[in-house]
Amino acid sequence: MAASVRCFLRSGKNALSALGRRGFHKSAPAAVQMMVRDALNQAMDEELERDERVFLLGEEVAQYDGAYKVSRGLWKKYGDKRIIDTPITEMGFAGIAVGAAMAGLRPICEFMTFNFSMQAIDQIINSAAKTYYMSAGFQSVPIVFRGPNGASAGVAAQHSQCFAAWYAHCPGLKVVSPWNAEDAKGLLKSAIRDDNPVVFLENELMYGVPFEMSEESQSKDFTIPIGKAKVERQGTHVSLVSHSRYVSHCLDAAVVLAKEGIECEVINLRTIRPLDVECIETSVMKTNHLVTVEGGWPQFGVGAEICARIMEGPAFNYLDAPATRVTGVDIPMPYAKILEDNSLPQIKDIIFSVKKTLNV
Amino acid sequence: MKNMLTIISNALCRITGRNVGAQTVSELLIDLSEYVNVTSPVSAPALAQAQAQRQPPKPPPVSTRAPAAQLVSAQTDQLDTPGTRVVVSRSFADFTSQATFDIKKCDVHRLEEGPPLKAELTRDQGLQYYRVMQTVRRMELKADQLYKQKIIRGFCHLYDGQEACAVGIEAAINPSDHLITAYRAHGYTYTRGIAIKEILAELTGRRGGVAKGKGGSMHMYAPHFYGGNGIVGAQIPLGAGIALACQYQGNNQVCVALYGDGAANQGQLFESFNMAALWKLPCIFTCENNQYGMGTSVERASASTDYYKRGDFIPGIRVDGMDVLCVREAFKFAAEHCRSGKGPIVIELKTYRYHGHSMSDPGVSYRTREEIQEVRSKSDPITMLKERMLSNNMASVEEFKEIDIAIRKEVEEAAQYATSDPEPPLEELCNHIFSNDSPLDVRGTNPWARLKSVS
Repeated sequence: MAASVRCFLRSGKNALSALGRRGFHKSAPAAVQMMVRDALNQAMDEELERDERVFLLGEEVAQYDGAYKVSRGLWKKYGDKRIIDTPITEMGFAGIAVGAAMAGLRPICEFMTFNFSMQAIDQIINSAAKTYYMSAGFQSVPIVFRGPNGASAGVAAQHSQCFAAWYAHCPGLKVVSPWNAEDAKGLLKSAIRDDNPVVFLENELMYGVPFEMSEESQSKDFTIPIGKAKVERQGTHVSLVSHSRYVSHCLDAAVVLAKEGIECEVINLRTIRPLDVECIETSVMKTNHLVTVEGGWPQFGVGAEICARIMEGPAFNYLDAPATRVTGVDIPMPYAKILEDNSLPQIKDIIFSVKKTLNV
Repeated sequence: MKNMLTIISNALCRITGRNVGAQTVSELLIDLSEYVNVTSPVSAPALAQAQAQRQPPKPPPVSTRAPAAQLVSAQTDQLDTPGTRVVVSRSFADFTSQATFDIKKCDVHRLEEGPPLKAELTRDQGLQYYRVMQTVRRMELKADQLYKQKIIRGFCHLYDGQEACAVGIEAAINPSDHLITAYRAHGYTYTRGIAIKEILAELTGRRGGVAKGKGGSMHMYAPHFYGGNGIVGAQIPLGAGIALACQYQGNNQVCVALYGDGAANQGQLFESFNMAALWKLPCIFTCENNQYGMGTSVERASASTDYYKRGDFIPGIRVDGMDVLCVREAFKFAAEHCRSGKGPIVIELKTYRYHGHSMSDPGVSYRTREEIQEVRSKSDPITMLKERMLSNNMASVEEFKEIDIAIRKEVEEAAQYATSDPEPPLEELCNHIFSNDSPLDVRGTNPWARLKSVS
């Protein structure tokens, strides 16, 4: 993780002030650094201020400042009406959030981790996702379900599952998976402004990672469109497609591979559903090789879907080798560090898979 | 004139929130009649021999959102012969215009006092409640018929026997209040303002159905009516959430969240009770206890069958759900309780369903025909109201007969519509996935099938 931090801090720049461009300065304007959790906080703060129908509910979001401090300061600023601490009753409060959305409010429902969303999954799928369709466009459900998803560090099997594939399976839901701070802010603002149910998958290990925020991203109206992927690094030999934390791993692997003359194109999906297949296809048609990287389990996962879609589309004819998936190991998450480290994709796994795919 | 009608119709579409534009004058009038509080300007009591037709007087609707269907026929009559009214063999002045009835005392839980022991009923109200209950009854029986003819398929959970609940509730709350229920929802869809023909057409899966054929029996919606929910118990947290929105918006509205005796044991109910009580949400949790959860009697499912007490720290009332006046008074009491900021309340309506759980359940394997017959003869909600009115000289036998005939005709016409309306067009298969979104591609059954979806 330290490596990824080094990658993204531009050395020698003033990290504190956000100044406009000045014509007579030759250097680029100073950029602001922000941790992912603060970007999320800022997004919610701005949207709470912008629209009084927006409110946040979940366990420990108010007086505790958020289990992971993502909602720090919000209760103090907005009070009991807008920031609501709930009892530990996911099915109940997720249902309450959906009902509130049906009746005209715009709730943000936080799950302490998405593992707990399983208790409420019926409300997310049957009450939220399907309702606009079942009512033939009469009843919309403008709600955001957000929280940390996937593996953390040492939290073992029941607290480490990735839910991207499960939620992305369902029509009527949008599923978003930001990587860096700018993603987090722009996508969360879009999700809150969206009139549909959005599952917003964060990552606990990314909360404390600082990233540079572009000037554009510091505006209160900065949003990133849902459904569009971003090419984080241009390349020519292989397309690395990933989401959330593993984008960092891909970029690190790309640096190592570049020393050997292999130029990786790294795509940050940003949204899982709807998937930006065109971005992937364009890349594959250029590089002729595809490797997907995710933290979730291999079977029926995000990578599996990408491979199937590439096969069904024009990019298949451009593949010089079968697509490869790099995924979490197909086991419940173990506890011991050595076991946990070897249950998730490492940079060396990505490098190995790229070389295998390129047959070098 | 047509221009003005278009303008009014557009305004109405905005009010109703329905995406239906009036195409013809008569359709516009149907919309109009839903929203215009048509009181019957009864002209001087007419004498029998001066009239050309025999019709019962048309009473004002229960609420300003009386179901359109029953106003349609009156509206066209008005157009045909403006000014001619009332025609029964006895003149209007012969009937008692208002009476007070004793109603059963309700068992209460954590309440100093319960709903009143007397209920006032005007002649107009009585006829209206009768009309609505009878319409629901006939509509459900028509659905039974259509299901047996295989014109309705899938799930069909019928409400006959329980009419007093839906009608009593609607009589007590405002159109601006909110209501959500489970899958036995056709009656509520009607009382909350949807026309019979749209309900039946939804059951037969046609484009004229209230959900354009996409929802079916369990997924019908209307303004301030949130369905129709298929997952047992899931509607209760939703109802509490709607109540939260009422509190948040400070609009003094309440939410009635209904569930059955089967759902009463669901964990999510107790999660909702907890949060509703904690935050004092204006939610009326209502258990329609019809004695059986599918094929399981209450004694076999619940350790405690005092459903009105199951809210524990939430006050509760147990009500005779076969008496429309009892139901109405209880809900007036409950709505006042919620609106005054006291928090949620639980109401148990003791009621009975004549049909089985659904159309695939004959309903006699877990209860006797004698039991069903006994309820029908001793406690039928429609009969009870009729007898009350007759014995207090509030209406005549002929009047009720006329109403019955008119309703039968209406339901028959609605069924006609529901069986002849075309099915939804295939082009609309993928629409309504997302709200307010740009069009998207939807994968069909094979990779070359790229279907279109618009909001």
